[in-house]
Amino acid sequence: MSDTMKENNNTITIDGREIPFKEGQTIMDAALAADIYIPHLCHRPGLKPHGSCKLCTVEVNGRSASACTLPAAKGQEISNNTEALNGVRKTITQMLFVEGNHFCPACEKTGDCTLQAVAYHLDMLDGHFPQFYPRREVDASHPGIVLDRDRCIMCELCVRTSREMDGKDVFAITGRGIDAKLIVNSASGKLADTDITTDDLAAHICPVGAILIKEHGYEVPIGRRTFDLHTIAEPGVEPVILRKGKHADEH
Amino acid sequence: MSTRKIRVATTSLAGCFGCHMSFLDIDERIVGLIEHVEFSRSPINDIKHCHPDCDIGLIEGGLCNAENVHVLKEFRESCKIIIAVGACAINGGVPAMRNHFTLKECLEEAYLDGIGVENPMIPNDVELPLLLSKVHPIHEVVHVDYYLPGCPPPADAFMKVLTDLLEGKEPSLPKEILHFD
Repeated sequence: MSDTMKENNNTITIDGREIPFKEGQTIMDAALAADIYIPHLCHRPGLKPHGSCKLCTVEVNGRSASACTLPAAKGQEISNNTEALNGVRKTITQMLFVEGNHFCPACEKTGDCTLQAVAYHLDMLDGHFPQFYPRREVDASHPGIVLDRDRCIMCELCVRTSREMDGKDVFAITGRGIDAKLIVNSASGKLADTDITTDDLAAHICPVGAILIKEHGYEVPIGRRTFDLHTIAEPGVEPVILRKGKHADEH
Repeated sequence: MSTRKIRVATTSLAGCFGCHMSFLDIDERIVGLIEHVEFSRSPINDIKHCHPDCDIGLIEGGLCNAENVHVLKEFRESCKIIIAVGACAINGGVPAMRNHFTLKECLEEAYLDGIGVENPMIPNDVELPLLLSKVHPIHEVVHVDYYLPGCPPPADAFMKVLTDLLEGKEPSLPKEILHFD
């Protein structure tokens, strides 16, 4: 059998649709190549998968796994866009919203924010859980970049981008659990004293409004931004029912 | 079937009245609406208390003081359906950005140490509602039946929700007009 033929036989099935994959691809890689949307926040093609946000959890032959880290393997039967998985994804998204300070109307990133777009995709209406309202430090020391930790979701996209793409090591997460926070690589702990520049990819990778380029926040007006005009997946045709949802923890 | 009009009450708690302004952006459609709806307690007619048998309560704003909590409870007791309208009612919104700080710090900044403050003094008149130490979304205090996100929700969203309810349908919005901003 030739290599090409072998490759042609390499398929996985996502929600009943058979798609090809190449050796070395993850389920996420194969899905993205086939235009199948698996919700995700901490994944970006080209960066080493992180597997931390868990939004891309799918069921592979009946077992839960992160699509961004699990290698695609011949014959996998994968469930992705199911009510149960989207329900869990909505809960994860609600937890991300309540544990930070995500006030969309007061954020420059609104309309271009992946967290917000995922929330729209999952028909999230409220945070459900009690708000944490944590007090986190804002670092506006850098002339071109502002670091607003209120909105950081610890996805480490900036950490990996700085290391893998920019060849620097500007960002890191320190602490664990609720004490985790984004820190920068300088003796003073301030962004201005690191070697980051506005030309770095890491300055532009943030999926939320935690790392922003100064003085450019409102060049595109609210209402004309990416997720004002497009959904993060395929355009949904189903209307969003506004009833307060019943959570698994409610009777 | 009773022929009385559907009673709608509205209030702005820790909000900016922006949601009410957006609601009034339904413009002349309000003429058609009042064929089917009568307004009970609302800032648009200055009625001070809810009719005990209201159908729909639209709540703008979160809870920042004791009076907000009192008003919210009156709405919950009087209205069959409570709708949390706008970002502040749903997650505290911009007023909740004071939650990063203690109430003492906020009052001192506003009334004692802030730039341009004259005759520095923290107001403490007995008529003033007691501030809560944190701003809260309304679902942390009462049961909410529906959420209408947005800052503010557009006039079309208000019309859609009220029209759905008047027609006895489950309120819903097309995905395109569901926004948090």
